Formats: sequence, structure tokens, C-alpha cells
Amino acid sequence: MKFRNQAPKEKIELQMTPMIDIVFQLLIFFIMSFKIVSMEGDFNIRMPASAPNEGEPEEPLLPPMKLRMQAGPDGQLARMQLNEQSFGTDFQQLHTYILDLVGSDAGPDAAMEGAEVELDCDYQLHYEYVIEAITAVSGYRTEDDEIVKLIERIKFSPPNKPG
Amino acid sequence: MRIKRSRENLAEGDLTPMIDMTFQLIAFFMVLINFTEADQDDRIKLPKSVLAKPSDGPMETPITIQLTKNSQVVYAGELVSFEKLDSLLIKEMDILILKDKAPAEATVVIRADATAPAGQVQELIQVCQERGFETFTLRAEEEIGY
Repeated sequence: MKFRNQAPKEKIELQMTPMIDIVFQLLIFFIMSFKIVSMEGDFNIRMPASAPNEGEPEEPLLPPMKLRMQAGPDGQLARMQLNEQSFGTDFQQLHTYILDLVGSDAGPDAAMEGAEVELDCDYQLHYEYVIEAITAVSGYRTEDDEIVKLIERIKFSPPNKPG
Repeated sequence: MRIKRSRENLAEGDLTPMIDMTFQLIAFFMVLINFTEADQDDRIKLPKSVLAKPSDGPMETPITIQLTKNSQVVYAGELVSFEKLDSLLIKEMDILILKDKAPAEATVVIRADATAPAGQVQELIQVCQERGFETFTLRAEEEIGY
């Protein structure tokens, strides 16, 4: 049977305007809250309070190497000294010294694995030098972007508050 | 002669490419938006280090304390004094005890400004040590090349 009077198909037209409005609002929200963050990394230090818990066996350690860092009047590094060796303000020299002392290019010698560095800094010394010193003693990055660790045990002396 | 009125053609712009692009932009920003780094603070410019490598996974119980270049302590986004910090640490300890954990198991993340006095950082560590915290993490910005 043939239907003659078929109603013409209605073309449904989608309303795009509200969707575009919302999409643009979302876009603006994400653009506004977008912040380029730089990657951050950590240096782990374990520093229990001076009195160790009773019964906890102390690991046999080598005597700590004391890195003395002296500051100028404006907080800049004036000089540093590890044990009796002076390095001025050259962290690369300190790094080379530690490398010679602690191990080879492949990492620390077994005997020096328990080595510890104690940082004795002037109160007003800028914190960036402390991080630089920790970087110099704790390892280096190879060309293959791998980190070779040298001295992992780092601790601080009690703060030397001026006055 | 009868001239038929031709229907005016309404030019309809094709919105599809624009919507495609907009959705792609939204997807891009959604992926890159970083809500987890809520502890980052613009007041603090971290020192740089080539060895500062982002940790592999999230820490279990981190407590972030920040120190500005003016030696002000920022805790949970607010400026606090050393005395106030001490009371906040006691609260943190209570929370840890509720979770059956000791303060020594928590990690104190220290984000100090590059020009902050080192002595202040040491004092910060000392305050935490007095409350039984033992594990500290000094945070630095990753630097490429030596």
C-alpha cells in the first residue's frame, strides 16, 4: 500500500549556543588556574633528637666529617672547611675532595658507606649554600642522567644563634 | 513574466572545528592542572640542585613546613610563629597517634627559601625534633646540568 501524504521529515536543529558558552567557561577556568610548576626533589635526612631511645642499638659509624660553613655579613658564603681542609667557596673542589675520599666513579667504597657529614653553618648563611653543600657531598649526576650517591648521611650541628 | 522569489540562503558557519579545538584545549589544561601541589607557595623560591630528583611515589605522612626569606614560617598556607608551630605539631602528633603511628614515622618536608637563614632551618628542625619527629626532607628545585 502506498502512503501518499507522508509528512515531511522535520530537521532537528541542535542549539549549540549553551554548549559553546559552557565549554568556553570551562576553558577560561582551566587557563586561569593553570600554573607551570617546576619539578621539585628531596634530600632526606634522618635526625633523631639528641637522646637516643634506650635499647636501640647504635649502628657503628665512622666519625662524622664536619663541614664548617662561614657566612659573610650579608649571608653569602665566605668560606668552608671540611675537617682541616679549606675550600674557600668552591663547591666543585669540595665535591672532588669528597669523591677522592669516599669512593670511585662507581660509588662509595664499602668502608665509606657509613660515612656521615655534619654541617656546621653560621646562623645567617643563606640556605641555598646548605643545599649546594649537600649536593656536593651527597652525589652527582652522570651523563646518562643517573644519580651516583656518595655520602647519604647528613646531619646538622645545633644552630649557632648570634648574640 | 513572473519571477519567483528566490529564498535567501542563510550562511551557517560550521562550528565543528572550533568545538573540536576547544575540547582539545580543555583536555590539555585538565591533564596539566596540578591540584596535588597545593603546598607550593609563591612566597618561597626554592634553592636549586642537580640532585633534587622528584620522589617516586607520594609520601605516607608528610608534614610540610615552609620558611620564607623573611624567616616567617608558613604552615598549611598560613603564617605562624615558632610557638604556634609547636602547638600545631602537637595536633599533628595527636592525628598520628589516632592513626596508630609514631611521630618518628612521619616525614617533615621543609621548603625553605633560598635566601632564608640556615640557622632558622636548623631551628625549625630542632622544634620538630623536640616533638619526636626524626625524618626530614629538604626540598629543592630540580636543576638540569652541573
